Parts: sequence; structure tokens; C-alpha cells
Amino acid sequence: MADVKKIATRESYGNALVELGKKHDNVVVLDADLAAATKTGVFKKAFPERHIDCGIAEANMVGIGAGLAAAGMVPFVSSFAMFAAGRAFEQVRNSVGYPHLNVKIGATHAGISVGEDGATHQCNEDIALMRTIPGMVVINPADDTEAKAAVQAAYEHDGPVYLRFGRLAAPVIFDPEDYKFEIGKGQVISEGTDVTIIATGLMVGNSIDAAKMLEEKGISAKVINMATIKPLDEELVIAAAKETGKVVTVEEHSVIGGLGSAVCDVLSEKCPTQVLKIGVNDEFGHSGPALDLIAEFGLDAKGIAEKVEAFVK
Amino acid sequence: MASLAVTANEIRKSIIKAVHSAKSGHPGGSLSAADIFTYLYFEEMNIDPKNPKDPNRDRFVLSKGHVAPGYYATLAERGYFPKEDLLTLRKIGSHLQGHPCIAHTPGVDMSSGSLGQGISAAVGMALAAKLRGDDYRVYTLLGDGEIQEGQVWEAAMFAGHRKLDNLVVIVDNNGLQIDGNVADVCSPYPIADKFKAFNFNVVEIDGHDFDQIADAFKAARECKGMPTAIIAKTIKGKGVSFMENQASWHGSAPNDEQTAIALKDLEQ
Repeated sequence: MADVKKIATRESYGNALVELGKKHDNVVVLDADLAAATKTGVFKKAFPERHIDCGIAEANMVGIGAGLAAAGMVPFVSSFAMFAAGRAFEQVRNSVGYPHLNVKIGATHAGISVGEDGATHQCNEDIALMRTIPGMVVINPADDTEAKAAVQAAYEHDGPVYLRFGRLAAPVIFDPEDYKFEIGKGQVISEGTDVTIIATGLMVGNSIDAAKMLEEKGISAKVINMATIKPLDEELVIAAAKETGKVVTVEEHSVIGGLGSAVCDVLSEKCPTQVLKIGVNDEFGHSGPALDLIAEFGLDAKGIAEKVEAFVK
Repeated sequence: MASLAVTANEIRKSIIKAVHSAKSGHPGGSLSAADIFTYLYFEEMNIDPKNPKDPNRDRFVLSKGHVAPGYYATLAERGYFPKEDLLTLRKIGSHLQGHPCIAHTPGVDMSSGSLGQGISAAVGMALAAKLRGDDYRVYTLLGDGEIQEGQVWEAAMFAGHRKLDNLVVIVDNNGLQIDGNVADVCSPYPIADKFKAFNFNVVEIDGHDFDQIADAFKAARECKGMPTAIIAKTIKGKGVSFMENQASWHGSAPNDEQTAIALKDLEQ
């Protein structure tokens, strides 16, 4: 995909916030000394009075977001996934989730594609944590187009939303001209008959490529992009399971509690189906260039294709 | 001020009745804060029980959310909901949850109960007023044990840095927490110096003296460019003879006999 345009979804987040800020003066962006990394710096430049740097204090930042929302503003609380969902979990649960306040959490640097910073900063647990909170919407966009649309949809949604973004530049998959995002709806990217690959976030592009590799081996894979992990598009998951019999989930997240678990929750109850969960196994990441790590963890197109092939046979 | 004392006494009776009815809850800290609750809701705050969601109202966040019985008794006394509701405290179907919930109870501005979190929400509300040029004020009540939570100092640092002079933090310094004296468990002292170091205007008072309470809130209004912290020295269990200064009454309910004695104490 050398000639494909690539943009990190954290960049999309910052740019989308600027567009929201122009339209809505109740949008306020909070950060915890990471504006340069979460890419909210562009919002800070455009609307300095509405960018609140809370310092390195994520628990307090989430609480301030709750207070701003209780007073009628729409805060986008920004940090790395590790700190927004991890460190501040209980603040998100008790100060945002329980009162069901209109706080949007923009979590960047999710997954092992953080790269060189290593395991302390590679959050593979955030989807699992966030989807257990009642009323929380969890969105993991695949590319620039989807990320920008998700930020807009999060603003329009009344209630808490967790938005998951990546550090690594990701190929642009969707054409903004004809792309429509709806919370809770997945999209079929390509049809297939032997197996369904349900992917989310950065893994969507790799899964599309994996499906092409599989096709060369005579395996027909249906590919679904599942940006919203909660509420999950159950109808689409069940229909695909019935259609292809076998289901594979692919995510840059622990295989415990993320997209794979969400899909299994639905299928085990409503349409028992054999599911292969591809993701980060029950282990921590480590330092290294992002693309090398993705390959090492078997999350590149080749790794995904090999696992799917073995699963289908 | 005499009428405030009468109101506070009614609130204390309601606390005892509610906790007795629930057979659980937190009477000690509710009683220590009863005079502060009374002053806030009957003198200080710009509020209207008939319009509890008025965007221009002053806000209150009970950061020490476990003293919900004191908070609910005050809201009922002020007319947000019937006093009979207090006997449903902590029961299934009641709007009076064990800890305050914004969705359930009229007049509650923020859910709270997990210590250290309420002050951050109060800071956010005060910040919202500053961002939009609103002139409402925000009040939050913390326990002296609660300020052992690190988040309190994250919030205090931010409030001092942002010069949130529309924010008043009140510390109910009753000296006791579940495991004993705050000074023995993990001392928060000197409390006043800590808030001063975080760029707060600090006022130290007797939290049961309405003249001192009134002066403290007046000083807070007059202070520009800094948030105010009122450190209120109080007696845990205040007004009930056998509960005063007893950590064991932090989170336990009186039985029938004890309730009768408590209510008799409060008749005097």
C-alpha cells in the first residue's frame, strides 16, 4: 500500500476537533500535558481559551470534564489510552458513567503500535475496561475518514463516548465523499463465503490485505469493519456468522475483553459459532518500531492470513 | 442566626430518623456537617427548590458523598422533596441512594461518593462559569479523611492555578475517619497550610458557630483571584451525646433505643 495516503487517527482527532470548535462554542478540549502527542494542539492554536491543559493529572482531568458537562459544555478529555481508560478508570466509571454525563474521551496511543515507548504506554486493555461501563459508547475508528466522522457523531450523541485513536499512520480506506458513519453500525467491506473477518481500528486495513492474500489461496473471506464495539452491531455479526459459518475477529487489543469477546458474547448466546480471536494474547508488549511489533505479534496482513487459513482448514 | 440553629436541629433529627430507618448509613459526618449544610442552603446559595435545574443557580457538590443523609435532610428541609421521603433512604425504589445520584434526587448537582472525585467536578463547574462568563458560584464539601486522596490535591492545584474565585472548598474537619483519628491514620495536618500552598484563600472557623460560618462565606465572596478553602473545625456526631467524637458512629445506624435517646438529645 505504498501509494496509499496514510494519516494517524490521532491527527484526525485533532483536526476534527477544530472543525467542531468552529461550529459549536460549547466544545472544550482538555489535555494532560500531551497536547502535542494527542494532536489537540491544533485545537489549542485555533481556540486557546477553550483548550484546558490540566497538567499531568488525569484523574482530576476526567472529573473536571464531568463538571464541565454537568454545567452544559461538551468536553473532549484527551490523553493516552493507558491513562484515560487505565489510570482514570474509576473516575470515568463514577464521575462520568454513573451520572451519564456528556463527556467524550479521546484516547490516543492505543495498542502496541505505540512502538518504542514500550509496554507501560501500550494499552491493550482499554476497550475491555470501557465497554463494561453501563451507557458508555466505545468507538475504534479505522482511518482518517472514519475517525473524523466518529468525532462528529460523538458530539451529536448525548452521553459518554470513548474514542480510541492510534499513534501510527494508517492507510486511508474510506472516501469521505460517500462514507457515512453511524454509531452502532458495522460495514461490510467485501463479501466472502468461507469465513468472516471482523476487524476494528488499525486492523481493518491489514485485514483487507489479508483477505486478498487468502483469496489467492482459494479462501473467500468476508471482511467487516466494526468501528463501534459498544453498542455492537449484533444483527450484522449474527447474519455474517450464519452466512459463512466461521468468524475471525482482529484487533490491536488484548484478546481478553475486546472486540473478540464482544462478538463471542453475542454469538455464544444467539448463534453459536466457532470464533478465532486474533489480537494481543495474554501478554505485555515491548519496545520496537511499530510496524515490526505488529508483524511480531502476528497482526500484519501476513500474520492474519496465516491464522485465518489454519482456522478455516 | 437563632433560626438557622433551629433549622440545623431539625436537619439533625431527620438524619437520625433516616439512618435509623435505613438501618445503615453515615450519621457521624452528617451531624458534623449539619450546620454547614444549613448555612449553605438557607443563607448562602442562590437556589430555588422549585427550579432545581436553573442554569444560573449556585452549585453544590458533596465530595464526601457518604454523608448523604445530612445532604438529603437539608434538601428536604429546604423543600426540594417531601421530608417523608427521608425514611426511604437506601431502600429499593427510593430516589435516595446510599450515595448522591444526579439522576435520582432533585437538587443533587453531581453524583458522588467515591472520595476525592467531587472536588474535581466542582472545579469543572467553576471553570465552566469562568469560560462562559456566568456568575454562579460553586461549593464543595470534603471530609478531612477524604483529603488523603491524591486527586483532591490535583484539583486544588488546578483551582489555584486557574484562580477560580467562584469556588469554595469546605473541609469538615471533625478529626475522625473510619480507622480512628485522622492524625493517627495518616495525618492531613496542617490542612490550612496545605491549601495556602496551593494558592487558596484560607479561612479557619468553628464549623458549629453560625457567625463564624457567615463571616467565612462573606470572606470567600470578597476574595478575588483565588479560590477559598474554609477549614471548619467540627465535632463528629455533633448534637447526639453518645455519638460525639466517636469514630464508631462514622458508618453505623442507631437501634430503636439509641434513636430515642438521640432524638431526646436533639429536643434540648
